[in-house]
Amino acid sequence: MEYFDTLIVLLQSTIRVSVPLILAALAGLYSERSGVFDIGLEGKMLGGAFAGGTVAAVTGSAWLGVLAAIALAVGLALVHGFASITQRGNQIVSGVAINFIAAGSTVILGQAWFHQGGRTPPLVGNARFTTIELPFASQVADVPILGSMYANLLSGHYVLTYIAFALVPFTWWVLFRTRFGLRLRAVGENPGAVDTAGISVVWLRYRAVICCGVLTGIAGAYLSLAMTAGFVKGMTAGKGFIALAALIFAKWKPVNVMFACLLFGFLDALSIRMQGNRLPIIGEVPVQFMQALPYVLTVVLLAGFIGRAVPPKAGGVPYVKER
Amino acid sequence: MSAPYAKLPGWVDYGVIPVVNLIVAFLVAGLVVLLVGESPIRAAALLFEGAFGYGEGIGFTLYYATNFIFTGLAVAVAFHCGLFNIGGEGQAYVAGLGVAVPCLWLDSSMPWYVVFVVVIFGSSLMGALWALIPGWLQAKRGSHVVITTIMFNFIASSLMVYLLVDVLKPRGSMSPETRTFVEGGQLPKLDWLFGPLGIDIGGSPLNLSFLLALVVSFIVWLIVWRTQFGYQIRTMGFSPSAARYAGMKEARIVVLTMMMSGALAGMMAINPIMGEQHRMQLDFVGGAGFVGIAVALMGRSHPVGIIPAAILFGMLYQGGAEISFEMPQISRDMIVIIQGLVILFAGAMEHMFRPAITRFFTYLGGGRKPQPAAATE
Repeated sequence: MEYFDTLIVLLQSTIRVSVPLILAALAGLYSERSGVFDIGLEGKMLGGAFAGGTVAAVTGSAWLGVLAAIALAVGLALVHGFASITQRGNQIVSGVAINFIAAGSTVILGQAWFHQGGRTPPLVGNARFTTIELPFASQVADVPILGSMYANLLSGHYVLTYIAFALVPFTWWVLFRTRFGLRLRAVGENPGAVDTAGISVVWLRYRAVICCGVLTGIAGAYLSLAMTAGFVKGMTAGKGFIALAALIFAKWKPVNVMFACLLFGFLDALSIRMQGNRLPIIGEVPVQFMQALPYVLTVVLLAGFIGRAVPPKAGGVPYVKER
Repeated sequence: MSAPYAKLPGWVDYGVIPVVNLIVAFLVAGLVVLLVGESPIRAAALLFEGAFGYGEGIGFTLYYATNFIFTGLAVAVAFHCGLFNIGGEGQAYVAGLGVAVPCLWLDSSMPWYVVFVVVIFGSSLMGALWALIPGWLQAKRGSHVVITTIMFNFIASSLMVYLLVDVLKPRGSMSPETRTFVEGGQLPKLDWLFGPLGIDIGGSPLNLSFLLALVVSFIVWLIVWRTQFGYQIRTMGFSPSAARYAGMKEARIVVLTMMMSGALAGMMAINPIMGEQHRMQLDFVGGAGFVGIAVALMGRSHPVGIIPAAILFGMLYQGGAEISFEMPQISRDMIVIIQGLVILFAGAMEHMFRPAITRFFTYLGGGRKPQPAAATE
């Protein structure tokens, strides 16, 4: 039973740390499927976390915080869109720029407004999300295995967690079962064909980029309003890049994205858990090894040694109408 | 980029447009300063005063600029080949091993100039090796170099934390750093060079690697613009299909360019480790690899542009540290914003003002009508 309890705790924290990864990776999915590469997920998430923390602290409402997070992340996404769609600039360069702008301005503005070393004031009461107990969770908690799984894994999460997991099938449905999704995928593979059909490539890509902004905003809000009570400087700590890695690892497919994020989240949870503990045969695994594993796995996958990750064909290429 | 824009005189293309982009970036940064309730003009004055107002400030400015020259050149060389090396940060970090290990090994038995030679070789080798894998993967396995270099930055960071905490740290020490090197592992400062000019660099860590950076800049110019290999790099960057048609070995060029880029980023490690701290600390690169992106974009990937761009960022780093004494609201992070804005306006949106500037010069030029600016639909 002891091992089972440990496993439950481990899986519980896996879900907790996977949520921002899932949201950010799905965000990247919309953008990259439309042919706009986005390495600015990190920056948008950070901006969202900051806007969320700030507005929630001032207004005392977590939901207003989420709205603010979405608004700011969409704003940054539109900057990226303007640079890479309208100006036909280099999408990588633009993404790098957004990461820096977000990293710097959240600290400067946070310090100027709240004087707490780049933090926003700690959130209490309605200003932050609390976990939701599903019905009968406490009653069935004592039932071995199934009850414990229900009480600890299915119940007791933030509302944003449920939203994130619901967004996985939703994204699949949007991409593969709606007209918008078909066009979105088409514009990432062959924008010329979409243009010939009389559909605006620019407007489609802008919509994709806005979707990306909305989801990164929610991801940021999850960090500052649910996972922690308030914004801490640099709190995304590379999660945007892990999400990017997960997106590639998942070969740009929504359900795979969820599993990739859960895998990377599990590695993260495991590395925290194993700190200082020794494994039976291998001995002590350096925590840095576990931290580097998602990146190593992504590189190996990209190299085509385990399956092959083929990005959308028109990704990273600005569309120029023939004239 | 195939220019769908009207042709402009060279000095406008390489002079006016970058300056306009830069000014816009700084104006937006000024808005941020206003937003936190300080005067942008006073901030700019303090910045300039802190960076160039006295000898020690100049020393620090050039010390930081040294880092950025190396990383800027690294990004620029890759740009010429059409590659985007975001991995300068990781390459420099790992190259720290190529500096620290020879210093730890030879510092008590050899004079600094012998160690210096070993270290130049070691750091560029380590940097090149760390860039070799992404380069090879791009050339042979088709995985995008941008993504792999990002991943390699994180892998490098984990690797170096592990090495510094578990391997290189002297026994009994708490802080994750190597022991301090003795004389053999310390580069001489440049006070002998600046003293006669009437500049007292004081306690600033400006050291011999600044001169190394200038020499390396010249060598990069020589390689990229005056050798067959450089011609191949530029052809590859301009048109990979032309390079293939001309019988150039694409894979070889990509791998060698990435190695050259990594070697340049790697040499950056000499400056803080052997030049300033005389030991290797955690996170000694401190974002210089990323500043290199801004520097290369601003300097238009040419050494003649990169050196002033690096000095500008050196000024921001040094002056930014000074501002925070006077204006506590404005910390070092202000530079990160400026860096982002420069990358945005000089890089991603470099053509934003081109139609307007073209129209302006057409208007000035009167009769001399350029080809119609097709981009303005």
